[in-house]
Amino acid sequence: MSGTTLLSLILAVPLLAAIGVVLTRANPNLREGVSIGAGVILFALVATLTGNMDWHAPPTLVLAEPVPGLALALTPEPLGVLFALIASFLWPITTIYALGYMRAHHEQNQTRFYTAFAVSIGATMGIALAGNMFTLFVFYEILSVATYPLVTHAGTDKAKQAGRIYLGLLMSTSIGFMLFAMIWTWQLTGTLDFTHGGVFGEEVSEGVLSILLLLYVLGTGKAALMPFHRWLPAAMVAPTPVSALLHAVAVVKAGVFTVLKVSVYIFGTDTIARIAAADWLLVLAGFTILMASLIALRKDNLKARLAYSTISQLSYIVLGAMLGVAAGAIGGGMHIAMHAFGKITLFFCAGAIMVTAHKTKVSELNGIGRRMPWTMGAFAIGSISMIGAPPAAGFISKWYLLMGALDAQQLFAIAVIVISTVLNAAYFMPIVYAAFFKAPDDSDTHADHGEAVLPIRLALIATATLAVLVFFFPGAPLALVQQMVASP
Amino acid sequence: MTLIDHLPVLAVIVPLLAAPLCVLIDRARPAWLIALAASWLSFGAAILLLLQVTQSGTISYHLGGWPPPWGIEYRIDLLSAYVLLIVTAIAAVVMVFAWHSVESEIPSERIARFYAALLLAFAGLAGITTTGDAFNVFVFLEISSLASYAIISMGRDRRALNAAFQYLMMGTIGATFILIGIGFLYMMTGTLNMQDLAALLPEVSDTRTVRAGFAFLTVGIGLKLALFPLHLWLPNAYAYAPSTVTAFLAATATKVAVYALLRVLLDVFGVEFSLQAMPLNLILMVLGLVGIVSASLVAVFQDDIKRMLAYSSVAQIGYMVLGIGLANTTGVTAAILHVFNHALMKGALFLALGAIAYRLGTATLRDFAGLGRRMPWTMAAIVIGGLSLIGVPPTAGFISKWYLVLGTLEQGLWPVTLLVLFGSLLALIYVWKLVEAAYFKPAPANAPAVAEAPLSMLIPVWLLVGANVYFGIHTDISVGVASQAATQLMGAGG
Repeated sequence: MSGTTLLSLILAVPLLAAIGVVLTRANPNLREGVSIGAGVILFALVATLTGNMDWHAPPTLVLAEPVPGLALALTPEPLGVLFALIASFLWPITTIYALGYMRAHHEQNQTRFYTAFAVSIGATMGIALAGNMFTLFVFYEILSVATYPLVTHAGTDKAKQAGRIYLGLLMSTSIGFMLFAMIWTWQLTGTLDFTHGGVFGEEVSEGVLSILLLLYVLGTGKAALMPFHRWLPAAMVAPTPVSALLHAVAVVKAGVFTVLKVSVYIFGTDTIARIAAADWLLVLAGFTILMASLIALRKDNLKARLAYSTISQLSYIVLGAMLGVAAGAIGGGMHIAMHAFGKITLFFCAGAIMVTAHKTKVSELNGIGRRMPWTMGAFAIGSISMIGAPPAAGFISKWYLLMGALDAQQLFAIAVIVISTVLNAAYFMPIVYAAFFKAPDDSDTHADHGEAVLPIRLALIATATLAVLVFFFPGAPLALVQQMVASP
Repeated sequence: MTLIDHLPVLAVIVPLLAAPLCVLIDRARPAWLIALAASWLSFGAAILLLLQVTQSGTISYHLGGWPPPWGIEYRIDLLSAYVLLIVTAIAAVVMVFAWHSVESEIPSERIARFYAALLLAFAGLAGITTTGDAFNVFVFLEISSLASYAIISMGRDRRALNAAFQYLMMGTIGATFILIGIGFLYMMTGTLNMQDLAALLPEVSDTRTVRAGFAFLTVGIGLKLALFPLHLWLPNAYAYAPSTVTAFLAATATKVAVYALLRVLLDVFGVEFSLQAMPLNLILMVLGLVGIVSASLVAVFQDDIKRMLAYSSVAQIGYMVLGIGLANTTGVTAAILHVFNHALMKGALFLALGAIAYRLGTATLRDFAGLGRRMPWTMAAIVIGGLSLIGVPPTAGFISKWYLVLGTLEQGLWPVTLLVLFGSLLALIYVWKLVEAAYFKPAPANAPAVAEAPLSMLIPVWLLVGANVYFGIHTDISVGVASQAATQLMGAGG
């Protein structure tokens, strides 16, 4: 298959899956089969694309060209391919998990759920493979809208309120800042294509570049940089599979992915290194890392704690991008992959605890590890990955981030990474300890449960295993990310 | 002379003659058929005209064979052909939609006369865009306005009478101002032909009379345009008029007023006088911006959806006026382009609302609850039209916003850019209210059973929706002609 055919199929498969889900709504088993099948096919397609890729002459698929020079076009590039690989790989696993979760939890409107899920994955593919900022923006907005029914799935007033915060923050930042920055860039340079080394010439002053960088990065609400992070905790009202795949992987990664793409391909790492706004954003990212960790420490609700942990981890990637050195961008790119496996595992566990033991609070988890050993074992691995200790995935990316910080001689960044590691341990390790070593509370009336249902267990074991495997075999993602910063 | 040579006048004369025919026949169905045929004939003529103009340049047609400046000249340049195409296309589509809608909203004994008035309004609007004679503009303006008052007052709600009266008062003041303005210009130059005026005005432009004429004309057109703060007649008129009329007027009447503004400011007076010697660029820009923000804010709090979209129209007019006020080619391109794109989106939205009103009787936010499931096609049309209104790619609305924002950045006015984008956000809020109600609220238990709208309504709605998407992706025609027309206009004045 030629590259352009593959690209069009990658975009089409999730959308066809969405239609298939609607058509097979009468038969739930068939319906979930469509989702899982589409996920497997999608991953195979992305893998084929990666395997046959010639990075010096990538294929380009032009969907439309509304303004001359401004096309809706897909062009694969290493980081995007990595992102697409992760998202498409985790989609079928999440669907298996969702199958167990949604049925055990007796959720309504499951067809709408799986349809919106498939569309969201399609939009994520569009973001990952976008050939220019305009295309990325279009799919970015589609993703915001497509995830809205998932966030408000419960249909309660609380869910609707959360949905408004969600959409309001994401849309207002992207239209108010990102679109503005895009059109400004277009007006200055006449292009929005992702270009090695950036698109700005010498004639653009540093002051303008600083403002543009601020607009781009703050406009990417999905990166959850403070003070635009409120949507992510709000989105936790969604069913857990959504929090797991979309709000730990696809949506938030789309945000930091955008930040990385902008800094590497619109500005270029050299430009980032010399403009002042990068330093301000570095400080803001550092602040977000520490602040979100501190808030996470104080959250008793497990999903809320995970959400703030995500906010903190996302800012690692922004931090890496703003260092303005190759190693920083590599660390950021790796963290997109590494954080994904750990965090999705943690969310899977939180959901498993919720549907099996009906517990949502950290303080209720004493001794639960004895009843749910698989689940809590996976949780422990996820926690280690979050902290960034070996032998889990998080270690690799933190290593590169630290190297980047050293390269750039950013003492501030080094300090932030070290302190946050301690904080991460402080809010994850007590959970693991309590689950395995504390005696269950006597007052617990819900202690007659066993392990989670099989599909849930399968999914979380798979992702936890991966989080360990990637530590030992980081070759493939690392090669892709290094390709990104290498000169063409 | 063959029939082709008479094209410029055909687009106007066909509906003008069809109108009395409707009255003479005075039966509902034949009258509708006549109106339908007339509007499509006119549309065909407009297409041929645009083709002719793009191939062989401006057409000058002498009415009755009298050469200007003694006779009346019909002058079709790119801009007129472009606007004429929009007006006739919308009329043609709306007429298809009209049959069921009108039948349900207007007593059957008045239907034939209703179509007669609608045709007159249409003929007047087409006339304004084609004529090259200033006084003729006034005549056509009055024809279309008087007919509009009549058809607005035929709305089911008794408040339609009041709304029509309000519009009549404001419209008449506007028309009077325009007449006074034309009179002043005639006094100074002795001609009514707009090309002659453009040639003779520079010599006398430094006189108080010309300046006063300029002011009268601008304010007069501003009233017809519903330029903030002269927009007070518009929300009521749109809200209480019959659905067909709202769709038709929203998509055409204000657009033709924008055309008149462009013609008078940039062509007759010239860019130098209008936007540089007079501080009108600043005035237009400020009024446009205030209009965008305030009308959008008001729209957010409306419960009656027709009213909401009416306020949205006031805001959209703000975008066009802002584009003119920017006084650069990109800005004027954006204004002309938005005339085209806004006609498509508001046409689609108001027609879809008409379909809902046809099924439900009203169209308030409460009626929208659960409508996504009950009228899926109509609601999908509203969603896409709404996206275009916000300016989401790949819809036509995005393209206009793109050029408008580029125009503001070219002038280095980034606070204006921010306000324009803020306007988009406000549009997002009011469109989202509809989406939320239709798709995420269950229908109330006592809701009447509602079927999807009939095909004769869905097809016109989706034609326009399709156009919104088509012109969001293929912009050769819409942007191509708009930018050429803008270059002509800006070039003419220096």
